[in-house]
Amino acid sequence: MSETNIRAKKEARAGLLFALPWFIGFSVFLGYPLLKALYNSFTDYSILNPPVFIGAKNYIDLFQDKLFYQSLGNTLYVAFFSVPLSTVVALGLAMLLNTKVKGQAFYRTFFFLPALVPAVPLAILWLWLFNGEQGIINTMMIEPIGTWLNANLHTHLPTNINFLGDKAYAKSVLVLMSMWTTGHAMVIYLAGLQEVPKPLYEAADIDGASAWQRTKMVTLPLLSPVIMFNVIMAIIGSLQYFTQAYVMFPGGAPEQSTYLYTMYIFDSAFRDLRMGYASAMGWVMFLIILLLTNAALKFFDSKVHYEGG
Amino acid sequence: MAKPTRSLKAQNLFAVGTIHFVLVILSIIFLIPLLWMISTSLKTADKAVQIPPEWIPNPLEKGNYWEALTSAPFFVYARNTLIVCLLTVTGTVFSNAVVAYSFARLKWPGRETAFKITIATMMVPFPVLMVPLFEMFANFGWVGTFRPLWIPAWFAGAFNIFLMRQFFRGIPFELSEAAKIDGCSEWGIFVRVILPLAKPVLAVVALFSFMATWNDFLGPLLYLGSQDMFTLAIGLRDYHGQAGGTKWNLMMAASTAVVAPVIVLFFFTQRLFIQGIAATGLKG
Repeated sequence: MSETNIRAKKEARAGLLFALPWFIGFSVFLGYPLLKALYNSFTDYSILNPPVFIGAKNYIDLFQDKLFYQSLGNTLYVAFFSVPLSTVVALGLAMLLNTKVKGQAFYRTFFFLPALVPAVPLAILWLWLFNGEQGIINTMMIEPIGTWLNANLHTHLPTNINFLGDKAYAKSVLVLMSMWTTGHAMVIYLAGLQEVPKPLYEAADIDGASAWQRTKMVTLPLLSPVIMFNVIMAIIGSLQYFTQAYVMFPGGAPEQSTYLYTMYIFDSAFRDLRMGYASAMGWVMFLIILLLTNAALKFFDSKVHYEGG
Repeated sequence: MAKPTRSLKAQNLFAVGTIHFVLVILSIIFLIPLLWMISTSLKTADKAVQIPPEWIPNPLEKGNYWEALTSAPFFVYARNTLIVCLLTVTGTVFSNAVVAYSFARLKWPGRETAFKITIATMMVPFPVLMVPLFEMFANFGWVGTFRPLWIPAWFAGAFNIFLMRQFFRGIPFELSEAAKIDGCSEWGIFVRVILPLAKPVLAVVALFSFMATWNDFLGPLLYLGSQDMFTLAIGLRDYHGQAGGTKWNLMMAASTAVVAPVIVLFFFTQRLFIQGIAATGLKG
């Protein structure tokens, strides 16, 4: 009895010791900054001078700031379209890649390639593709198709779209980009699909299930925990989009239609040196993520199927 | 087992053909931008902006690469990137493995609560931490060095802890018991029993962390002030400015040079990578 007690104590001590790096990391690089940001958000603070307490003024200003609504709206717009669309693309690709056709290794690499391109070359590449004059989207697609339709069907379609300079299109370029770089999610879905027990499919086949019925009755329910995980990570990630937009659309051009919430935080903090204001924006973002994650969990709660439970 | 009838076979052939067709079309859509990048990187400045565009460049300007790599301090950026990547990847793999071992296989009071809090930290967005972290690193005198980029990696993080814990839990506990009877300490079990069996998940975490560091833009943008400290991700943007919007061919050559190592790395590790993720069984 006492020997097992000693063993348990020893194990607990080892456990805490092994977890120590994370306790330090959690307190120093996460807990402290999170609380410090909360404190900063109630101060006027330029980093050059010590913070001065000003109560809720930052938050009051924030809710009267047009650019706050504009940038938050842009971010939510991009997230609203990119989360479902990139989920469908990633899941669809993973299902295609899970069939027994030859050359899987090649297809797998091809679909994952875009996710490997670092953000800056990616942004530069897309600037080039969607360039209003020389980009291949215009020269190879919009112009020939538009010209042909206008000549033969007497339509009045544009033969040139200024994707990057027209605020009606700029945001959709960001959404398209997220669909193209969905490789990480695809790989995780693929791994999840490989865990679905084969006998279930065989049973479905014997019952004469169609491909669609098999997907609906076997694949999707068994994959639902993975889908939930990926969707929640996608929501959290998409609200933090920064690099591509920052490189492709300096200052959120055109007319701040691509000025994302993260860009506004970055500019407030490091261009305008309004650290308190930026911290308030950061906390609002944190609360929005908590809210949306919670909503997603609630939504999935009734739908997710756990094995054996 | 009855042999499949002819019509069933034909039906199957049709299905496989359709899948191939769809996969090929999708592959083209996914590859065109990258092929376009490589094609442009090998063109003369005039041909790069020619309409309609030429897919196979003629003449082939291989010299673009040398010009692109030498007109900006590309090799300095590459060296800096490799230093940061090496320190970050080592720290990430090591620290997360140690912590995940504790969460997966050692019992201590409060462990489940601590794990729930750990998972919840994935919801904390970086922008909210950005200002206090910058302030803290400035106080440490770390701004302008690589330290803010790699030191935090040595203190674990929620996503990787989660991934590794899932994997470690799947390793039979009898192995640990046997090693304990042979007089192994917890550290000994971790190093000699668990780590050798955990190679797939270690590879996944290493690769994820390598790609994230190689591509990281915001971190270097915040903490690296002088050009001789820049990494590729941020150096390339400067390149974009210097080349001034028009030299697309050089820009694409530099971009290809940055992308190529990552693609080669993935190509050689992709099987291990996907197996590794499958083996963690993300299911909870």
